[in-house]
Amino acid sequence: MNKDFKRAPFSAQVDLSKFTKATEEEKRQQDVMGESTTFFKDGMRRLRKNPLAMGSIVVLILIVLVIMIAPHFVPYGYAQIVKGASNLGPFEYSEAEQAAIAAGESVFPHIFGTDSLGRDYFIRVVYGTRVSLGVGLIASLLVLIIGLLYGSISGYLGGKVDLVMMRVVDIIYSLPDMLLIILLSVVLNETLGNAIKGTVLAKLGVNMLSLFIVFGLLYWVSMARLIRGQILTIKQNEYVLAAKCIGTSTPRTIRRHILPNCLSVIIITTALQIPSAIFTESYLSFVGLGVSAPMPSLGSLANEARAGLQSYPLKLIFPALTICLIVLALNLLGDGLRDAFDPKLQR
Amino acid sequence: MAKYVFKRILLAIVTIVIISVITFFAMNAIPGGPFNSEKASSPAVIAALEARYNLDKPVPVQYVMYMKNLLHGELGVSLKSARPISTIISESFPISARLGICAAILAIILGIVLGSTAALMRNKWPDRLIVFLTTLITAMPSFVVATLLLYFFCMKLGWVSAFEAGGNNFILPVIALSMSPMAYITRLTKTSMLDSLGQDYIRTARAKGVSQKKVIFIHGLRNALIPVVTYVGPMIASILTGSLVVESIFNIGGLGSKFVSSINNRDYTMIMATTIFLACIMVLANLITDIVYKIIDPRIKLD
Repeated sequence: MNKDFKRAPFSAQVDLSKFTKATEEEKRQQDVMGESTTFFKDGMRRLRKNPLAMGSIVVLILIVLVIMIAPHFVPYGYAQIVKGASNLGPFEYSEAEQAAIAAGESVFPHIFGTDSLGRDYFIRVVYGTRVSLGVGLIASLLVLIIGLLYGSISGYLGGKVDLVMMRVVDIIYSLPDMLLIILLSVVLNETLGNAIKGTVLAKLGVNMLSLFIVFGLLYWVSMARLIRGQILTIKQNEYVLAAKCIGTSTPRTIRRHILPNCLSVIIITTALQIPSAIFTESYLSFVGLGVSAPMPSLGSLANEARAGLQSYPLKLIFPALTICLIVLALNLLGDGLRDAFDPKLQR
Repeated sequence: MAKYVFKRILLAIVTIVIISVITFFAMNAIPGGPFNSEKASSPAVIAALEARYNLDKPVPVQYVMYMKNLLHGELGVSLKSARPISTIISESFPISARLGICAAILAIILGIVLGSTAALMRNKWPDRLIVFLTTLITAMPSFVVATLLLYFFCMKLGWVSAFEAGGNNFILPVIALSMSPMAYITRLTKTSMLDSLGQDYIRTARAKGVSQKKVIFIHGLRNALIPVVTYVGPMIASILTGSLVVESIFNIGGLGSKFVSSINNRDYTMIMATTIFLACIMVLANLITDIVYKIIDPRIKLD
């Protein structure tokens, strides 16, 4: 306290002696600004802090690695029948194989056992997972593309076009999707069967094709609605107006201001669409409208396992567990993405 | 309000017409008529049969006639069992309806109880447990739940005999069907309960000295249930589609398992009639849900 001059008790006068000048080094501290982050970096940073989402990513990567690598080192094909090796348990060998092992040959173990026809069950589950994941991804991409185009056109143009386009969406939305998928699968099976014979599509089967067709026809509506709603609200935001005021061109406005703000919704909905497509596929396979035999899918494997449930419950457990694991991981990842990329939505 | 109801009913009718058109023309696109059997009939006989069932008329005319019959409750004859489909439906649908209604009630009650418990005990162990279980259940397809229930309770533990499972004892199929809607309702109730407990009128009620019980049940829960009402329509649709597999697994002779077997038998008339019938129920359920929602919450925009 400087006692050279008297201060009024409640004076706001600053006592300069308490302050020292900042050194050059201290001044430089002010220069160091936070690294500028992009929308993606920011979201990914938040995502990395979410242990559930990161765990799901690890699980998904592991599953993808297994289904990519396994067919290269497992010497069995998904349709290959090992003679005399039907209904083996995990890591059991048939008599012929035991004899071969006794003779010093190495026999690749049946990790999940074999099915009633003597096909290696592990490789069937691996191929089933391939099919199910592939179907989920393709169907979600289809939904994304159609929904994005339709929704953004409707939202951006607005007015009468929007009205008509949204009425169409309303009607499609109220159609019972599962019934129509079943119906179209039955019909396309009869009509498309010959048309695709001999092409790549035939391997996947008409049912999967009709599944894609139906997804393309019906499932995009919720995506289109979401994107339209997003664009409508974003269009009215002040920052879009501000961008227009300083003379930003329309393409740049869309690219820099409207799309990045839709992106979170698009990513989240697509991530959550994959498990729903996998569910639909497994459901259809279970009803008997899935991939054509001998190609397995997780749903058809579970369905086949039902016949021998009493004696071989593991045959159900493996594909069912795989479905649950994939769907659980994707759901948790979707939730994590929502929390990370759309903090406004957080509960 | 009247305008909204009118518009909504119009949309429902348009939807049903579209479904019937899709169904009818899709079924017509299948090659081969019902009289192209292995036994070669003479062309004259086939022509006579086709004339008898109006199959010689153009397809749009056939559609109009089909719709006329449909409105009179005539759904045609099953190709496989040669019985009238209306009889099959009136026999088997009550079984499915009973199953579905039980499942819906169980799902709603359990979902609301679990959801509000989770909201009231937020971030404590009951909340975490409920969130964990619902996340797990949403990752399980209904056929997995049904098969696992069948395996453990019929085959392993023997609490319910496997034959009884489909008969009068509805407990396992009802649980299997109600699981995924229950999980959804739980999540829905939790979020909307948390939302409504944070509202100003709750603080006002507490400030006035209203008892905790009254605040939760009368002020909180009543308002939190509005979003749950909107889910009833979609829930009925999901229970109906779920019943297809669950009924097949438990060997229940309801409409669901009849539908699945007609798919496997390629019984086209049966598939067509059942699709239209189930679709009508789903559309009706959605219609009623929307109108009820509008009545209990007039704040919703007339859109």
